[in-house]
Amino acid sequence: MVSIPSDLRYTKDHEWARREEDGSVRVGVTEYAVAQLGDVTLVDLPKAGADVGAHARFGDIESVKTVSELFAPLAGKIVEVNGELEDRPELVNEDPYGAGWMVVIAPSAAGDWDALLDAAGYEAHLAALEG
Amino acid sequence: MSDAALSKTPLHAEHVALGARMVPFAGWSMPVQYAGVVKEHHAVRTAAGLFDVSHMGELRLRGPSALAVVDSVVTNDIAALKVGRAKYTVAVNEAGGILDDLIVYRLADEDVLVVCNASNVGKMSAHFAQHATGRCDFEDQSPATALIALQGPRALAVARDAGAPDAILALPRFAIGTAALAGVEVTFARTGYTGEDGFELFCANEGATTLWRHLLAAGAAHGIAPTGLGARDTLRLEAALSLYGNDIDETTNPFEAGLGWVVKLDRGDFVGREALRAIHAAGPARRLVGLEMTERGIARHGYPIVSASGAPIGVVTSGSPGPTIDKNVALGYVPTEHAAPGTTLGVEIRGKIVGAAVVKTPFYARQ
Repeated sequence: MVSIPSDLRYTKDHEWARREEDGSVRVGVTEYAVAQLGDVTLVDLPKAGADVGAHARFGDIESVKTVSELFAPLAGKIVEVNGELEDRPELVNEDPYGAGWMVVIAPSAAGDWDALLDAAGYEAHLAALEG
Repeated sequence: MSDAALSKTPLHAEHVALGARMVPFAGWSMPVQYAGVVKEHHAVRTAAGLFDVSHMGELRLRGPSALAVVDSVVTNDIAALKVGRAKYTVAVNEAGGILDDLIVYRLADEDVLVVCNASNVGKMSAHFAQHATGRCDFEDQSPATALIALQGPRALAVARDAGAPDAILALPRFAIGTAALAGVEVTFARTGYTGEDGFELFCANEGATTLWRHLLAAGAAHGIAPTGLGARDTLRLEAALSLYGNDIDETTNPFEAGLGWVVKLDRGDFVGREALRAIHAAGPARRLVGLEMTERGIARHGYPIVSASGAPIGVVTSGSPGPTIDKNVALGYVPTEHAAPGTTLGVEIRGKIVGAAVVKTPFYARQ
């Protein structure tokens, strides 16, 4: 069973979102996504300052065999990017909910957060996917 | 295609028990990875890997004319093939386009085995059957035959510990021999598709599970890893071995694909010889080259290749990270004037041009 921390929110596209103390939202991909991808070999992220829309593509994640798009859990401005992943994309495999984070977004619409899945909702989503 | 419609190799249950992720490939349910593509890749380069490639096709031609029939269908000089030896070749159509790449094994005087790609079994079976009609016996033995590849610097030691006799261990590259292993009749070939030393082992379906388990047990002390199609692809790409359906197909000819060395024009007639003569005389207009990414990015099958000035000039046919060489590499076709090693090119990756350079292949060659 993959880990689904209860203090995070989720998207059906397997991104997680963590609300920081200042109201910004840290974003990464779930352990389930990582297990599906296999060895992550490249993470292509935008520059800080870029605007993103809710559920819009903000980057790409590549494993040896596949390319997948990254979708923003909510709309806003990207205020921080994990530059460490440029040289060490394997951090996404090793610590998907920690050192493998991707961007921090300053949300522009308060309602976006509440529309995200909670841990139970995401777990139910995975259960449905796995049939 | 639904999973139920997929063919299963005799080792399917073994893969599932080993925790493999199974994927559809050429109509088969095949293991793409067990412990992970990169881990398996390194195991094959540093120790040994065991692959189930039973999805590949085995076509058997027997009779006094068997060798001549194969010789008339493929581009390499098979008439000169000695008993107990194998040759890599391609078969082309009348226009010189590659129908498949093959290994031809001369098992006995009048007994020839042709191994073809899984995706081409139907096509090549019909092609050989047509040319065999009235000349020799033809049998598609693919459904009854298992094929296991044992590859890596420890492959020989694994085979020894598994009980392979000295005569098998002494087989030179592209030689074949038979021996019983764990009670299973096995045809050993010193061939492979990884850039490493090793064997490919043919046996009847009934013996496949016994043989597979026996080799994994014998290899445990050597660090053997069951290895899936994912690592098979990164291994063969580092070794710059063509993949049918990606790097070569009926729209490509052997000269532009860098396979001119398997075309012997000055011998008996074979299918496509006249077309290949004309292509050879004119010189290929494009070539399959090796590309190394000089900027951050991974080229993939189908991505456009652009010149230094940004003009589209070709297409990537295979591309991925190379775990051993620690570089992102690719194969692709470019016009001959852009094919010299050192040429600066670019690959268009999702709308962005990323720098690449033409390099000599293979990307990886074992010491």
